[in-house]
Parts: sequence; C-alpha cells; structure tokens
Amino acid sequence: MPVLDSPLLAETGALTRFAGRFFREGFRPRYEVPELLYQCYVVGYQSLPMVGITGFIMGMVLTLQSRPTMAQFGAEAWIPTMVGLTIIREMGPIITALIFAGKIGSSIGAELGSMRVTEQIDAMEVSGTNPFKFLVVTRVLATTLMLPVLTILADAIGLYASYLAINLKGVTTLALFANNVLTSLTFGDVLPAFIKTFFFGFAIGLIGCYKGYYSNKGTEGVGQAANSAVVLSSLVIFVIDLLAVQITGLLGLN
Amino acid sequence: MEPATQIRPAPVEHAAEAAETVLTVAHVSKSFGDNHVLRDFSLELGRAENVVVLGKSGSGKSVLIKCIIGLLPIDAGRIVVLGQDVGTLDHAAMDRLRARVGFLFQSNALYDSMTVRENLLFPLRRHWLAHTPDQERELVEQALADVGLAHTAEMMPAELSGGMRKRIALARTLILRPDIILYDEPTTGLDPITAREISHLMREVQRKYRTSALIISHDMNCVRLTADRVALLVDGRCYAEGTFEELQQSPDPPIRAFFTE
Repeated sequence: MPVLDSPLLAETGALTRFAGRFFREGFRPRYEVPELLYQCYVVGYQSLPMVGITGFIMGMVLTLQSRPTMAQFGAEAWIPTMVGLTIIREMGPIITALIFAGKIGSSIGAELGSMRVTEQIDAMEVSGTNPFKFLVVTRVLATTLMLPVLTILADAIGLYASYLAINLKGVTTLALFANNVLTSLTFGDVLPAFIKTFFFGFAIGLIGCYKGYYSNKGTEGVGQAANSAVVLSSLVIFVIDLLAVQITGLLGLN
Repeated sequence: MEPATQIRPAPVEHAAEAAETVLTVAHVSKSFGDNHVLRDFSLELGRAENVVVLGKSGSGKSVLIKCIIGLLPIDAGRIVVLGQDVGTLDHAAMDRLRARVGFLFQSNALYDSMTVRENLLFPLRRHWLAHTPDQERELVEQALADVGLAHTAEMMPAELSGGMRKRIALARTLILRPDIILYDEPTTGLDPITAREISHLMREVQRKYRTSALIISHDMNCVRLTADRVALLVDGRCYAEGTFEELQQSPDPPIRAFFTE
C-alpha cells in the first residue's frame, strides 16, 4: 500500500523505536551518572545566557507593545496580570523550548553525527561502553530535566523585564507588580505549563540524538543531522503544545 | 573466481607460539542486501603472528574485522576469538573479550572533546582495568612512551598531526595490553615516511608484547613490513595465503595483480 511506504511514516516508526530503546536501556544498569551530570551542566548551565537574554527581551517587548492598547482602555493596571499569564502559560515555555532546540538540539545532532562519521561511537562500543546508554540516554535525560529549570528561570527573568518596562513609562513597585502577577495565577495556569516543558525537553533531546546517532553520508550527513534535528524538534514542540492545550481543556484547566 | 590452493602453511618466527590459534574465522558470510561482501571466508591467526588481509578498496576487509570484534553480526559461519565464539556471547561477555582485543580504527576515532590522557583512560576505566590514580598514570605514561609521544598527554587530538593521532590511537589500544590487535587500514591517509614509521611501530609492538595482529591494508609497503603471512581477499573469499615473498612470486594472474603497480 503506497501510504504505508511513506518516508514520514517510516521516520515516525524509527523514532518511536528509538524512544522505546531509550526506555529499555535507560532503566538497566550500568547507570552513567557522572556523564548525566556533565550533560546537565552542558545543556543547562551553558544555555542559561541565551535563555536569559531571550526571556528578558520577551518580557520587555510584550509589555512595551501591549501598553498602548491597554492604555486606550484605561487598563494599564492589568498589564502585570496579562503579561504574567502570557509568559507563564505560553510564551515562556514555547520560546525557551525553541531557543533550546536551536542551541542544544542542533549541537547534539552535530556532535553525535560527527562521532558516528569518525567511528567514535564504534570505538566507544569496543571500549566496553554501551554508546546508546552513554551518549543517548544521558543527553535525553539531561534535556528533559534541564528545560523545565531553564523555563522557570526564563519566566522569572521575563517577568522582571516586564516590571522594568512598566517603569520606563510609569511607576510601580516590585512588590505591587509581583502581587498582581501572583494573585492572577492559579495552579491550573502553572502546572500544565510546567509539565509540558518536560515533554518539550524529552522531544528535543530524543530527536537530536536520533538524527545524530543514525547520521550517515559523511560530513554532509553531520550538517543534515544538525539541521533536521532543529526543524523536526521545533515542529514537534508545537504539536506537543497543541496536544497540551487540548488535554488541559478536557481536564477543565484552561 | 575460485580460491587458489593455499601456498604454504603459516611460516612465522615462533612456530610453537603460532601453533596456538588465537583467532579463527570459519566459513563466514556477510551480506548487505544483495551485496555479498564475505562468502565462506576462512582464516586463522596464531599467537604472536601478524596476518595481513590484503584486498582492493570496497572488498569487505573492514567488514571482516568489524565482524570479528562483534560490531557487525555475521550471516553464516563462526568466529572464535581467544577460544570464545563471538556469536554466542552476551553483552557482558563480549565486553570482557573486547578488553583483550584492541582495535585501531582507520579514522583513529579519538574522542575530540577529551585530551590525549582522557582518551587513553577511557577504555581503561570502562573495562575496570585500573584501580588507583597511580596505576592509571603509570599505564598512560607507558603507553605514550611506547609510541614515542610521552609529551602529548595534555594535548587535544585536534592539536596533533595525522601521524601523531595514529600513534595515540595505537597507544589507546596498547594500554589494555591486548592479546590481539585488529588494525583497520593503519597507514591510509599518511605520507610515505609516516606510514613506514607506523608500520615499524606495529612490528615493534608485536615483538615487545607478543601480540597477534590482524591487519587490514592495501598499502603494499605496510604489508611487506608488517606481515608474517598475507591472505588475499578476492570476491569475498580468501583467494590465497602465504608469505609476502611467496605471493609476490606467484604466477597466478589474480595474485600478481596485487603486486604490480
């Protein structure tokens, strides 16, 4: 049947098997704890400046652009509430995930792709190491665990930038701004947004590793692995986001 | 093409040692789809013997040693390394066996993100073969001294020349004190002088540690300098075996084709 021969379905099947292998191998010893901690440092700490700057700009732009419209309706006092909800529920997680996909997804794809091409993955295997466990499981776990932390930081930096932006053309105190933001938020706003970032992180790590681990065609394949890791993980982030909105809607949390 | 009769049994310096077979490849076949790379290929390697598998590019030489080390599964036949049938080993047993079999990759496969010292320590630690930092330091220094690059421990692979990288890759193999070393095109991509140095180094390693080596190559200088015995891989089969000189003097046209420029 032609539909079943589709490359898209084949790719989806291969990626699903790769995810299955991650769960099978991830729970079996030997556990690569030092490498996991190192990867958390690499993907988390080293992404912090980029995520911080993006979060800052996001909060500032959102505030400055919404201010004139809010002012027209005499609703400037609602800016902290509006910006808070927007950043916490949607903009923070999605922008951070996209930046993370661009920086970390591509670097994982290129790194593993290059290791495949230069036989470093084979060398690891003959050195008594399960390369899937050492390279893939640690990186996927690291992205899954670090993206939520980075999102919280980006949210906090974005909200602080919003507070600064309000003070560019008006006056408010940090305590009043924080009070306005926090009183408007419920668990239904915070929890689903936080939970979906784990899925974003998992998808970015998994796709980056999948593209790099099975890279071929020499150096050209390395570039392709990095590029397609970013493109596919960005797309998957939006799909997961859409699913998250539907699920939270069904649970009555929207 | 039908395999030629074996020219003579393995002539090696230490006949008693060579009588002990450390590697047996028996009737191995391997295909990738319709591409039959190895067909009923057989070969034996004795202790402290260097055997070179000589074949054209793309003839399946690298596939053969990847099958031996268990990186690729075989379709048929049997590979016995140091008395263990590779096809029957589980992961743990395979890892234990790999600690006794060194593999020098064609591309060297040094880890870019690690220093030379870390590259050497990686297999040592993964195979649990060193217990104290002093032991580790001693083994690293010895391995680097063996390849004449004692001063490079803190350098990154990117800072080294092609020949130095090949030596470091050999040091990473030697640090495990393997019984067998598998060399995949050890001189490919090197200038003639460096290639000769690497070939001499391989001989030196064999003499010093009494290691056996299976060398995959199409570099005739390397073959002449390193081989106790040569096996010709033609159409996936072991076409002929013998010393370099014996094969060189063979009147058989397919054999002569390897030795004429």
